Amino acid sequence: MTFLRTVWLVMRKDLLIEFRTREILYTTVFFAVSCILVFAFGLVREGRAVEDAAAGILWIAIAFSGTLALGRAFERERQSDTLRALMIAPADRPAIYVAKLMGVLALLIAVEAVITPLIALLFQAPLFAAPFTMGVLLLAGTVGFAAVGTLFAAMLVRARSRDVLLPVLLYPITVPVIIAGVRGTSALLQTDMDIPVARAWLTLLLAFDAVFITLALWTFEPLMTD
Amino acid sequence: MNVSFDTLTFSDVTRNFGRRRALSRVSFVCRAGEVVALLGPNGAGKSTLLSIASTLLKPTSGDVRYGAHPAAAAGAAVRRQIGLLAHDLFVYPELSAAENLLFFGRLYGLTDVERIVRAALEQAKLADRPDDPVAGFSRGMRQRLAIERALLHSPRLVLLDEPFTGLDDASVEALRGRLASLRLSGSIVLLTTHDLEVIDGIADRALILTAGKVNELDAGPGPLRERYRRACAVA
Repeated sequence: MTFLRTVWLVMRKDLLIEFRTREILYTTVFFAVSCILVFAFGLVREGRAVEDAAAGILWIAIAFSGTLALGRAFERERQSDTLRALMIAPADRPAIYVAKLMGVLALLIAVEAVITPLIALLFQAPLFAAPFTMGVLLLAGTVGFAAVGTLFAAMLVRARSRDVLLPVLLYPITVPVIIAGVRGTSALLQTDMDIPVARAWLTLLLAFDAVFITLALWTFEPLMTD
Repeated sequence: MNVSFDTLTFSDVTRNFGRRRALSRVSFVCRAGEVVALLGPNGAGKSTLLSIASTLLKPTSGDVRYGAHPAAAAGAAVRRQIGLLAHDLFVYPELSAAENLLFFGRLYGLTDVERIVRAALEQAKLADRPDDPVAGFSRGMRQRLAIERALLHSPRLVLLDEPFTGLDDASVEALRGRLASLRLSGSIVLLTTHDLEVIDGIADRALILTAGKVNELDAGPGPLRERYRRACAVA
């Protein structure tokens, strides 16, 4: 069983279940949209938004809805303890981590596809002025957040207070990702778009991604078997 | 890597969860072609022992070996030889019976997986409902499916945690027959159960686990239940 085949099998299974139930997608999108609307009611006055609010709100919505998606994605594996069934299979255990990460990423990208234009509309933010840089920034930030979140959500799957512990563990560690995401996005939303600054934050995000994914791949198996 | 599963050996295995000791210096050997019953009251540590035997948990101290191969170095080649039916059934309720078996069959790298899954569905008496979501199944139907999932890849070490739960009489008889054929095929079967009458005559020997310690049940005369009660009274 090759690494990539395991990733494909587990990810396909996750997406098939989500396609059938649409439970995580609907709840996550609904939560993220609600979050954005609340901010819009508070921060948009007479059609004008508070300066730089859009970048922060975009990343808050991603972080909060991401936490919700991570919790729900692993709740499925908890119901019949199927995560242990995956761990006992003769597959590379890090491949199982990568598959779960890809599944969460696919969901978060779908959420971002809805909320990014919504924020651009409500906050009159030029989020699509540099679409490529913005897209890569979003992707890099989402990968960093989901890489740590997937590891913690898997670790906590059998913990009684997992719903409380997940954000408590996740947010302090992903603070650099959120800061880099917000500052990079802010640089793109300025009147004089500051591409070099955005790229600098993007480079930092890519470094975080490399560190977080390496650490997660390294620690996943020992953490899950002890 | 070729791992021989002619024995499963626990040597002085201890497992702690925080300050609570679940297993205390447990030692025993199971041999190929044996059906061994692991008996004991609720909370005695039976499921913990099966988790350690299946590589899902590491012992706090002590040594587990598959033949001469240490479990601490167990990789995919070792896990391929292990079949585990746990208390939770390890099946996805949102998927159909066939999809569950196909998924696990492919994960185990089985060739001709469709044929194997068809045979497993026949064995589980679910051949007429292969595409129904497992969420709609009764407990007994889920249990039959979970048993087939655990045995799908013809494991050499079969670990069954309460395999008779929820099964009707016909399914109990079918599982007893299955255990007998696993014994004939040379697999090691280690099972936990409280249905002592059901395994009486099927289990070659029994181990009693009480308060984290394991003892061999005397192979004396009389029904298994009586011997178990006598041993528990002494313990």
